[in-house]
Amino acid sequence: MAALQAAEKAPAIAVKPEAVLLRVENAFKYFPVSGLGGLAVRAVDGVDLEIRRGETLGLVGESGCGKSTLARLITALLPVTAGKITFDGQDITKLRGRRLRRIRQKMQMIFQDPYASLDPRMTVGDILQEPLDNFGIGSVGHRRRRVQELLRLVGLNPNFTNRYPHEFSGGQRQRIGIARALALNPSFIVCDEAVSALDVSIQAQIINLLQDLQKEFQLTYLFIAHDLAVVRHLSDRIAVMYLGKVVETADRNDIYERPQHPYTKALLSSIPVPDPKVERERAPITLKGEIPSPVNPPSGCRFHTRCPIARAPGVCSEQEPALEAHGAADQVAACHFAGQA
Amino acid sequence: MATAIGIVQQVDWDVPEQTGLWSDAWVRFRRNPLAVAGLAVIVVMIVLAIGARLPTNPGGLWHVLHLTGDPVQQEVTNTYALPSLQHPLGTDVLGRDQLSRILYGASISLTIGIVVQFLILIIGGVIGMVAGYFGGWIDNLLMRFTDIMYAFPDLLLVLVFVAAFGPSFWSIFIALGLVYWVGLARLVRGQVLSIKEKEYVEAAIMTGTSPFKLIVKHLVPNSLGPVIVTLTFGIPAAIFTEAALSFLGIGIRPPEPSWGVMIEDGYAGIFADPRQVIFPGIAVALTMLSFTFVGDGLRDALDPRMRR
Amino acid sequence: MGQILLQVEDLHTQFFTSRGVVRAVDGVSLHIDAGETLGVVGESGCGKTITALSVLRLVPEPGRITSGKILFRGRDVTKMDDDEIRDFRGNDVAMIFQDPMTSLNPVTKIGFQIEEAMTAHKRFSAGLAKGRVVELLKRVRVPAAETRVKDYPHQFSGGMRQRAMIAMGLANEPALLIADEPTTALDVTVQAQIIQLMKQLNRELGTAMMLITHNMALVASLCQRVVVMYAGRVVEEGPVEQIFDSPQHPYTWSLLRSVPRVDEARKDRLVSIRGLPPDLVNSPAGCKFHPRCPFVVDRCKVEEPPLAEVAPDQVARCWVLMRNARQEDVDAAKTSALSVEAAQTLKAQAKVGGVAGS
Repeated sequence: MAALQAAEKAPAIAVKPEAVLLRVENAFKYFPVSGLGGLAVRAVDGVDLEIRRGETLGLVGESGCGKSTLARLITALLPVTAGKITFDGQDITKLRGRRLRRIRQKMQMIFQDPYASLDPRMTVGDILQEPLDNFGIGSVGHRRRRVQELLRLVGLNPNFTNRYPHEFSGGQRQRIGIARALALNPSFIVCDEAVSALDVSIQAQIINLLQDLQKEFQLTYLFIAHDLAVVRHLSDRIAVMYLGKVVETADRNDIYERPQHPYTKALLSSIPVPDPKVERERAPITLKGEIPSPVNPPSGCRFHTRCPIARAPGVCSEQEPALEAHGAADQVAACHFAGQA
Repeated sequence: MATAIGIVQQVDWDVPEQTGLWSDAWVRFRRNPLAVAGLAVIVVMIVLAIGARLPTNPGGLWHVLHLTGDPVQQEVTNTYALPSLQHPLGTDVLGRDQLSRILYGASISLTIGIVVQFLILIIGGVIGMVAGYFGGWIDNLLMRFTDIMYAFPDLLLVLVFVAAFGPSFWSIFIALGLVYWVGLARLVRGQVLSIKEKEYVEAAIMTGTSPFKLIVKHLVPNSLGPVIVTLTFGIPAAIFTEAALSFLGIGIRPPEPSWGVMIEDGYAGIFADPRQVIFPGIAVALTMLSFTFVGDGLRDALDPRMRR
Repeated sequence: MGQILLQVEDLHTQFFTSRGVVRAVDGVSLHIDAGETLGVVGESGCGKTITALSVLRLVPEPGRITSGKILFRGRDVTKMDDDEIRDFRGNDVAMIFQDPMTSLNPVTKIGFQIEEAMTAHKRFSAGLAKGRVVELLKRVRVPAAETRVKDYPHQFSGGMRQRAMIAMGLANEPALLIADEPTTALDVTVQAQIIQLMKQLNRELGTAMMLITHNMALVASLCQRVVVMYAGRVVEEGPVEQIFDSPQHPYTWSLLRSVPRVDEARKDRLVSIRGLPPDLVNSPAGCKFHPRCPFVVDRCKVEEPPLAEVAPDQVARCWVLMRNARQEDVDAAKTSALSVEAAQTLKAQAKVGGVAGS
């Protein structure tokens, strides 16, 4: 498989191994399509990624690029088709049952939809106490007090433990979801579109809260969103995904000022800025066409069908580019003509 | 920045007035007059049915209080009597008191209708839950079996079972349970499949919830609403089937006066005295209609989309 | 330009529910000039969509316009009879929605739907309409328009569907296009295509547009003038550049500072608006925004400010105005509601209790 070879060539970035909290190595996730004889949706198709202790790694991409699937591989909610994911030095793709559950104490997730992520038949107190019960943490009285502290932590009234989720607003529910993720005192939290479903003013509350919590509890975040402005605001480093692959990773400022991959460049230029003076000058690179099907991705570089600088037919449609160092230090991009857009 | 951190702002401190999930559903249920009327009829019918069996068989409390006659005692000189103080609905071909027979029949019909649902819940619920939760070949196996059961005509299957066990209250009960679980199994499987995809289930897995707790605390409570509605609609179906079986002569055996038995008894003399068929017929129709209205009301009340 | 196309005067639209009267639109006045693009912004529930639906007289039950005037080229929309309103909706104004799938018929070919939009309103004869369909699809840059007219909506991607919706909206050459969150459901790169398209169409056809959105960046990109709504009222209005440069109403200011900018080099804290939008049945006394306002003074709680001129062409409904705001209040607006006390307790618990520390 060409993808496998390409990914093997990817150079290791020079970061001290102990600084890396989570490493994804050549991860694949295919979903078989029933009735299409052996065809599969290649949701994640050879991804390499590392998340360093204490940082926020932003992961962006348009719908269908595989970012939510990658989040579920990293949290072991879905098994990988192939590849290795190490968390704190331990390969989590092999873990099952109790040992997997123990890892989850340190790894939590905040979900997109505040209306679907809380069980409507449970009170807020029960929802927040469930993780503590599962791991038998402290006495029952201790757990109750901890639930109240968690509510207070995220700015909610601690006396509302006997209320049901539907009594709360969207923003309040998202706070409950955050409190639940913090219940087990994790070191790593995956935020999967955690603010996308919220109104703008509420979104700001949650973004600020996530930042403050990170500072207070020395958390590491993987922040997944389609909104690049929000991702850039929250992240230290940013990874860009296109059709199941990471095409570029760099520091938040480098990626904006010196994008190396033409897709990154187009994505960044597409985002309107709330400033009419900037908007008058902004010339977005409009990509032709739409994202191809992940069942049958284009040959070679999978962006070549929409790329403004692709040589196709030629090297871009024939050979898959590897993630290699381009541009600034600590910046990698998968493009034959990186930086030439 | 001297901002933010350090200032405890009670941003989202308040929450609207408290409403429980079930009390909400009750409020919505009460807004439906037909459902409330249906529920009232059922409650009255249950009280009457219990009274007809207490304190002693036959006749029960109502006979003791002289409100009705005796359902079994025959007054051969007083057949096809018109309604009177002694026999409020008259008497039948053997001179037995009609009202007391209908009330006694209510106890049989309601017991079968309601108790069978528990059997259906156990068989259908477990099969649906196992198929939906585990998926894969287990799901395939169980669902193909379900499909085969579904392919047989219900009544024919019940007839086969009753013929096998011999006609009695218990054989009808078991036969109905063995036949009518199919719909519920499919419903529960569908529910479990959709709930399994919900983010709160992923969240529960993330926080270390074991598979057993996941089923008991998340999957079961969240699939309960539609299950209750389906079982409620199942009650009139079971009552009707029992009546049909008894009418065909393979259900409850005379002299036990189930409604089906009464209609069969009266059918012979339908032209002589149509009341013999009409009164038990009304009882069957009223009960079925009431349960159907209650089922409708419950469906609307338990549907989260109906919430304002 | 300059000629007034649509004038809304003191519009009240209310919903009569079991909870009481919901004042969704509560005395809104605004105008759109011919060829102009007006942005109407606010959070969900502020009344921006209901204002647009009122203009088309498409307010859903149990709502209705209770008072006010909607003058389109001098004619009052609220007084039109059924024939006139149908003619108005088809030929003078068109509306496009957030989710094109809900407004396209899934079992009818795209081309036929656009054709129908034209023949139903009698502006074009059947023969002429057929010919114009391809031309319209080309105008909204649908590639291979000649073959795609025979496609069904599900064969179109999200971006293409929105293009088809715009084509349908433009079919009868309306003077005003109302677009309700036209890009919200689309991916970033597709969003950019649609924004580009709407800019071009506005230039080429001179169609006036009322853009309803919560996205301030979209307003900056597309509009000349902006109306900011809160709790069914206009709280600020003015030319886009002026409003973005020096917003005077605290709500406008908060909206602008609550969204991160992709071009910010340094991470600055966002302004978060505390609390929840008001209940439109029992809205607060005085200024509707005062319970959430970081700059509130006593007067705000009892007396509602009028919409007063704060700069040339710019009006705002506020007793304080941002130019008078205190810096400590500005900083306080950047909170997150995190309780540091609770954080300390939790950390202490983690050390002594059984919770695994990080």
